[in-house]
Amino acid sequence: MTSISPPRGESFTLSKLINDTRYRSYTFQFIALVLLIALFAYLGSNLAQNLRDAGLNISYGFLSEPAGYDINQRLIEYDSQSTHLRASIVGVLNTLLVAFLGCILATIIGVVVGVLRLSQNWLIRKLMSVYVEIFRNVPVLIWILIIMAVFTAVLPQPRDFRGDDAEASMLWDAFAFTGRGFYFPKPVFEAGSAIVVLTFVASIIGIFVYRSYARKQLFQKGRLLPVLWPSVGLFFVPAVLMFFIAGRPISMEYPSLQGFNFQGGIYARNSFISLWFALSIYTAAFIAENVRAGILAVSKGQTEAAASLGLRPNRIMNLVILPQALRIIIPPLISQYLNLTKNSSLAIAVGYMDITGTLGGITLNQTGRAIETVLLLMLFYLAISLAISAVMNLYNNAVKLKER
Amino acid sequence: MSKSDIAFVRREMLPEKAPPATAAGPIKWVRDNLFPGPINTIMTLLAIYFIYQIVSGAMPWFLNGVWTTSSLAECREVLQGATGGCFSVLTERWNQLLFGFQYPSEQYWRPTLAFVLLFVAVAPVLFVALPRKLLIFTGLYPFIAFWLIWGGTLLVPLVALIGLVAGYVVFLRVETKGFATAALTGLVAVVLVWWLGGYVSTAASETLALEPVQSRNMGGFMLNMILGTVCVSLSLPFGILLALGRQSDMPIIKWICVIFIEFIRGVPLITLLFVANVVLAYFLPPGSNFDLILRVIIMITMFASAYIAEVIRGGLAALPRGQYEAADSLGLDYAQSMRLIILPQALKISIPGIVNVSVGLFKDTTLVSVISMFDLVGMIRGPILAATEWNGVYWELWGFAVVLFFVVCYGISQYSQWLERQLQRDHR
Repeated sequence: MTSISPPRGESFTLSKLINDTRYRSYTFQFIALVLLIALFAYLGSNLAQNLRDAGLNISYGFLSEPAGYDINQRLIEYDSQSTHLRASIVGVLNTLLVAFLGCILATIIGVVVGVLRLSQNWLIRKLMSVYVEIFRNVPVLIWILIIMAVFTAVLPQPRDFRGDDAEASMLWDAFAFTGRGFYFPKPVFEAGSAIVVLTFVASIIGIFVYRSYARKQLFQKGRLLPVLWPSVGLFFVPAVLMFFIAGRPISMEYPSLQGFNFQGGIYARNSFISLWFALSIYTAAFIAENVRAGILAVSKGQTEAAASLGLRPNRIMNLVILPQALRIIIPPLISQYLNLTKNSSLAIAVGYMDITGTLGGITLNQTGRAIETVLLLMLFYLAISLAISAVMNLYNNAVKLKER
Repeated sequence: MSKSDIAFVRREMLPEKAPPATAAGPIKWVRDNLFPGPINTIMTLLAIYFIYQIVSGAMPWFLNGVWTTSSLAECREVLQGATGGCFSVLTERWNQLLFGFQYPSEQYWRPTLAFVLLFVAVAPVLFVALPRKLLIFTGLYPFIAFWLIWGGTLLVPLVALIGLVAGYVVFLRVETKGFATAALTGLVAVVLVWWLGGYVSTAASETLALEPVQSRNMGGFMLNMILGTVCVSLSLPFGILLALGRQSDMPIIKWICVIFIEFIRGVPLITLLFVANVVLAYFLPPGSNFDLILRVIIMITMFASAYIAEVIRGGLAALPRGQYEAADSLGLDYAQSMRLIILPQALKISIPGIVNVSVGLFKDTTLVSVISMFDLVGMIRGPILAATEWNGVYWELWGFAVVLFFVVCYGISQYSQWLERQLQRDHR
């Protein structure tokens, strides 16, 4: 509209700013901009006035001051003398850890449940829809708190593992599930372990190379190479061989009961376990619905057409149904991952020290820097969600139906 | 004549034989649906075992449940070590669970009445078959509910209502002069009536007054209901405006809307609640005293309207372009074409999505317990589980919360599916 030049012989008059549709949009935008600036100026002046009254200022200097509190679950070195910035980084890593593990577990449960909801078996079908409906229709906060309460109340305490006829015992002497948390064996990397790890990485790269080679062979020469068993073999054999050749440089450190608690191994607190588990089964209920919808959306004619071309059932699934179903499933799946990441901020309810617990919790309370911490917190989550939606856009563009 | 000479000719059809027992009826159903193959048989047996475990665990717990004691210790005494639920925590703390612990107990009838009237008000919106006259009550309901729950003089909601009605009447009078002019004049009328009415209601603050209740005294499931209904209904108009803004040709307006929507959708609700709790006060004029519930309503409404805007944008995008062009070719201006042609259709398409967002939002109202408001979850975690009488009653309380939320959310989502089927039928 704005590109049309005004007719000849008509000069611009001020009233056209309201009455002429060619110019009216400029008027509206101008008014909107002025209102917006006025709003921000008003809020800003309030902020300045309030800060002056309270004798405060906006400063991020607190980030380099010692935090003075301890974080019990951490992935990197941290003690109470570390800075608030370091505490925030510990929180960020904890958030990413629970979100990453949650996405994996939620996908596994969700896909299994979604497929089982389409099963022939009436009982399984009904059981799965009961699961989906119960978990989708109750707030995730309640699930987190329930699972926390269940873990704490139902699982044995470390002291129950003591004595000769202990009430509880460790699984294979390696795993201990207690009300305080789970204990796992921890791999210890000794000298010479690097070559084993490198071999492992190289064999994973090899798998990808082999698969793309197999696909090229299929598309160019019509030769069908086996993919599954060579991949499995490549995954295990070189690394295991190298492990023994290098003289078994990786060993396991098992948790063991010392006094009233377990020592050694990896210790995952019950707050982490219950948050991880609750987020996973809550999100899995949504993912199951997406998976089901995606599979149902591929029309039956596709299966029949593929069968009439002479494809065998597993090839029909791999080459015809799955690529089409995945195109429908993956975008909502990614937004479920995003939801899971945002929901992980509820960690504060069970005391898991994620970014909301460190930066938005204790740091905020200790320093009183409400505006700065909440702003940082929002920027962090915003960055994550923008990154995830960028990935989603890339994927959508890659799988978009190419039309003429 | 021997028998063999007579040719046998059947003169009538044989009656149909019943199919074999294994190929029809319940046996066939069981074979087809429960035991169609070895893997399915194993899964069925596992499922039956699982269900048996749950039922055998839960039945005695329910049947032996104790409903009348006044503390956990007393309840355990009655049970004598047998399995059984101490449901007496629900009966004893019933009012706290529903209304919080500070709402005056002799006034419980007011939120209850407001809750019952909510169904009357919502019914004509949900079911098109009901008489349209009921919509008048729906329009009046927010004012009645405000008066019932918060108390104070009836004049305050009355003035608010009169202001809105006056604004609408003025808008209708001036509408021929153009939408923007009419909307602006209507707005002036609303503000004028409210300003004048403010004097009247402060002067006669005892007229038809109920005992006023402070916002901070609200709690329990009532708080979840208040937050849910208020924020959903407020976020609808904002959501529509944001969606239209995002579709707009005007770059500045479009980008304001895009940034707002993407920002809100990118952060978790809990950070917005932190803003309401500790940050928002810095941005309000010095000395102003917004109560927490109002700040929370503002933030949750912003949150919900961003999500609703995206749903409605989907509805707008799903409309065929011909509808926009047809509206233009009729000579309708932007406001008219949106109000008369586009929005009625787009909103109809997006109703299921809006309902889904509302369910999600209602579930999210439990997050206010994190900023120490005492909604249902906050009541359970705080005053009830911390009380010496009931320290340790997890299953009964959380089970109650699960049941309450499940009933509401499952009901709404079933309604949404029903509506989707109705709307589909209309299209064909």
